[in-house]
Amino acid sequence: MVQTLDTLRETPSQTAGPYVHIGLMPGWAGNPGAFETELGQTPAGDGAKGERIEITGAVHDGTGAVMRDALIESWQADAAGVYPGQDGADPAVSGFGRFAADPDTGLFTLKTIKPGAVTLPDGRVQSPHIALWIVARGINIGLMTRVYFDDADRDGDPVLSRIEQRHRVETLVAKPEGEGHWRFDIRLRGDGETVFLDL
Amino acid sequence: MTDTTRALGREMGRDPAPGPGRLIPRDLSAHPVPYDPDYKTSVPRSPSLPLLSLESTPTEETGPTFGHGDLGALDANLVLNWTRGEAQAIGERILVHGRVLDEMGRGVPHTLVEIWQANAGGRYRHKKDGYLAPLDPNFGGCGRALTDEHGHYAFFTIKPGAYPWPNRGNDWRPAHIHFSVFGHSFGQRLITQMYFEGDPLIDRCPIVATIKDRSQIDRLVAPLDLSHARPLDHLAYKFDIVLRGRRQSFFENRPEGM
Ligand SMILES: [Fe+2]
Repeated sequence: MVQTLDTLRETPSQTAGPYVHIGLMPGWAGNPGAFETELGQTPAGDGAKGERIEITGAVHDGTGAVMRDALIESWQADAAGVYPGQDGADPAVSGFGRFAADPDTGLFTLKTIKPGAVTLPDGRVQSPHIALWIVARGINIGLMTRVYFDDADRDGDPVLSRIEQRHRVETLVAKPEGEGHWRFDIRLRGDGETVFLDL
Repeated sequence: MTDTTRALGREMGRDPAPGPGRLIPRDLSAHPVPYDPDYKTSVPRSPSLPLLSLESTPTEETGPTFGHGDLGALDANLVLNWTRGEAQAIGERILVHGRVLDEMGRGVPHTLVEIWQANAGGRYRHKKDGYLAPLDPNFGGCGRALTDEHGHYAFFTIKPGAYPWPNRGNDWRPAHIHFSVFGHSFGQRLITQMYFEGDPLIDRCPIVATIKDRSQIDRLVAPLDLSHARPLDHLAYKFDIVLRGRRQSFFENRPEGM
């Protein structure tokens, strides 16, 4: 016998299911007014510094079908690479977004500002990126990934540099589609499968 | 607080605030398997390649915060919130309460807990739910609350009904409440479901069975808690939730690997 650890195990995840929207985006689910204010609607409010961008894309399942019921959350730094809550953060940036796939087209859109590069405590620099967390019916534990930008210096990014199959890095890079518009698709399984992160 | 003062606080027996340490790597065996043919939708919706496991970065160690200004007065009362206090929802009245903790057993204060659920007949107020059980005109089915300084939260609601769903020939979900919890780091984000003690559908549910560790399934089953029931008014269930913790680095100033 040994002594017992007094740490606890994490509570297990369960799928968010098909009706996740009534809890997290009730207006979208057909219940406007269920809450006075819905959360995650403005990752970057009026007056936020930085370039305004729109990222559009879709979540694809392993058969290539577009998922019309996915819900995504985003978390990002401000234009200077400072996270909300950290010293000197842009007060107009909440950093948190919540958006859903369109029930007809499956397209999602994130309207925000382009984040800055983030310097780590050890001096390494993370290229500008937005963290995404994807939940839906059939996803048993939320999937974490990142959106990087095609026009930014990504050399030395500590996450991207750890992707062994180098062609898979491209699954995390949004492509420009005109002024301020970016395209980012997420493929859960199979051809072009997105790199998902456990960190 | 500097690392030195934090270490000092620990030596003096004070509980140190969660420091800037890295997130404890996720023990994925505590969680459901992503791919499970008995839950058919998980087959095309689970990655086929391994996740990329790395130490957390500030992106995962920071996260959104919410305050009471974000919430309405009735947000945690699902019996009344849909009608803004005009009429009560139909169903068995219950208090659902518990604590949000981290892996070190510390309460997670001032963090957001969101819930959603079917009504007493097993029907969601969602445009995609076509189950033949009727909507309750007095029930919306969503609520949210902030934990107090010790990590406690509470919701007043009605017990949801079981409902059928298309999977195998005749699958029914046990009565459940969906929970969404933030913690203080985006890397702690968790969505789960609470079940009710004694429900015979729990052991027959393929979504529950995506969790392969029986003791972890038990973590999702809330016991009846008569100590928090109110006679002639409502029953109570207790549901504690544990989020990932932060590594406590007693030797924070030592370079990694030394
Ligand atoms: Fe459900």
